Amino acid sequence: MVAFLIRRFGQAIVVVVGVSLIVFLITHMLPGSPARAILGIQATPEAVRKFNEANGYNRPVYVQFLVYWKHLLEGNFGFSYKQDLPVRTLIANRAPKTLLLVGLGFFFAFVVGIPIGLWQAVHRNRLDDHVLTSISFVGYSMPVFWVGMLLIWLLAVANHVFPAESPSAATVGQVLQHPVSLVLPVATLTFVEAPGVVRFMRSAAIENLAEDYVRTATAKGARRVRIVLVHVLRNSLLPVITLIGLTLPLVLSGSIVVEKVFNYPGMGLLMWTAAQTRDYPTLLGGAIVIGVATVFGSLLADVLYAAVDPRVRYA
Amino acid sequence: MQEVTAVLAPGVDKGSARPPGAALAGGRAQVVWRWCADHKLGLAGLVTIVLLTLFSFVGPVLYHTDQVNTNLAAVNLPPSMRHPLGTDDVGYDILGRLMEGGQSSLEVGFAAALLASCIGTLWGAVSGYVGGWVDALMMRVVDSAFAIPPLLLLLLVGTIFTPSVVELIIVLGLVSWLITARLVRGDSLSLRTREYVQAARAAGARSPRVVVRHVIPNALGTIVVQSTFEVANAILLLASLSFLGLGPAPPAANWGAMLSNGLNYIYAGYWWQIYPAGLAIVITVLAFNVLAESVRDSFATRLIHP
Repeated sequence: MVAFLIRRFGQAIVVVVGVSLIVFLITHMLPGSPARAILGIQATPEAVRKFNEANGYNRPVYVQFLVYWKHLLEGNFGFSYKQDLPVRTLIANRAPKTLLLVGLGFFFAFVVGIPIGLWQAVHRNRLDDHVLTSISFVGYSMPVFWVGMLLIWLLAVANHVFPAESPSAATVGQVLQHPVSLVLPVATLTFVEAPGVVRFMRSAAIENLAEDYVRTATAKGARRVRIVLVHVLRNSLLPVITLIGLTLPLVLSGSIVVEKVFNYPGMGLLMWTAAQTRDYPTLLGGAIVIGVATVFGSLLADVLYAAVDPRVRYA
Repeated sequence: MQEVTAVLAPGVDKGSARPPGAALAGGRAQVVWRWCADHKLGLAGLVTIVLLTLFSFVGPVLYHTDQVNTNLAAVNLPPSMRHPLGTDDVGYDILGRLMEGGQSSLEVGFAAALLASCIGTLWGAVSGYVGGWVDALMMRVVDSAFAIPPLLLLLLVGTIFTPSVVELIIVLGLVSWLITARLVRGDSLSLRTREYVQAARAAGARSPRVVVRHVIPNALGTIVVQSTFEVANAILLLASLSFLGLGPAPPAANWGAMLSNGLNYIYAGYWWQIYPAGLAIVITVLAFNVLAESVRDSFATRLIHP
């Protein structure tokens, strides 16, 4: 187990460096320079040269990359000229709010998806299974932003049930003071994530229903309800855990869109604003933080899986 | 089901005793017919895709609208005889715009998926075939790229320039090849130990030839299924990208951009700017997903009953 942890952790570190390298190269290799973005297109070549020297942009890319990493390790994520704040402050303010949104989305996706998937497995190939499969297929194919728009249309515009805008709150505490305004963004994420959970849960439960222990339990006279709820449910939950790690990049993509639709002040909106204003340091720092969060999210899911299922080989 | 796979992907059957051509003895039409009968959902997906293609490419020939010049005299009109799906905030006819948007969605979706499949197939096949530290390195590259949400990568790129259609295809292709690479690597790992691969090597075939002639054709089933899924994903990504304002600039029509416009007027109650484009995306993506799922099923059935 310890050897597995060390190996898996080592891999994660390599991937983190890879993520930062990819993001770094993209922001540096494409046309349009930070100097122009900050000084404006009217800046003289002289001013651009001075700016590049002051910020080290005239040095070779690999030196810049190493310097950037040195700063990262010192906790320095760079400075956003557009927002006149250190990038670290911006991220520290926004990340917890996205974590809240994504966490709630996952939570409700599991709460909704697990019972439905289990129900479908038990009623496999019956009418209700087919109907639910069709619904989850449609859910799969819906763009996140359109789900958000439909919810706004139905529940905020046509019927005034929930507010369509999130509170422009500074902290998680302030967001939680207006739980009503969290309903639509969280519902959107839930709606988009739940079909995956349903599909995963359904196939896991179908596999488990064919296992020997189900036959044994049946032979010993256990009731069907007990077999499904006690044995099959518990064993099927294991693979569903890995779904968190697998879908994290997609969920964070979705979160960018959801935050844009509902004006929710999280990482996604920060990145979108940074993209609009060509705020390179924020884009770079934010992308690396999101990438690292994804890597460690799936690492956590893997370790959790290995911890609860002793059959997982630590190879 | 074996006959069917022989039609869809001639390479898949090479490992079995039956020569690929024998499957067609019953006649090609009959085989296709049987597949359609067995996979009604997949057929529905296929028919939908054909209809969408007709709608997008033949539609504008029958239903003329001006999708370049704005018409400020006909702004935000609800559906009527003249404009069956209404007009948008600069007076474009929405039905005509749906057709134009369909063209870009299908073109970009297909081309990006094709590019992604090529990159992913080569990357995965080489990684799995060579093995060792090369494999480890190549897969860590995939892991790294996989950890960055695709939309975030597109956001980074879209910040720097407004992409043309060709650039968009390249960018979408470059973020969509990862799953194909992982799947093909998996196939390649097991294929390289097969007898016919070893026989080819013993006969003196060099590695590039073995990969191209023996490994990739035998992973074709995986590749075909995954590229169909990738078309759906690319269309969704394109829509999200345009929704965020990072797609092709107007007057280029795009379903995501149409919805982004619709969101601005959602409080005005212009429902006709919300439903049509959204439904178009769902129907298109659903059609490709259903088709992919159905093709995958026919491969899986073959594995169960060889």
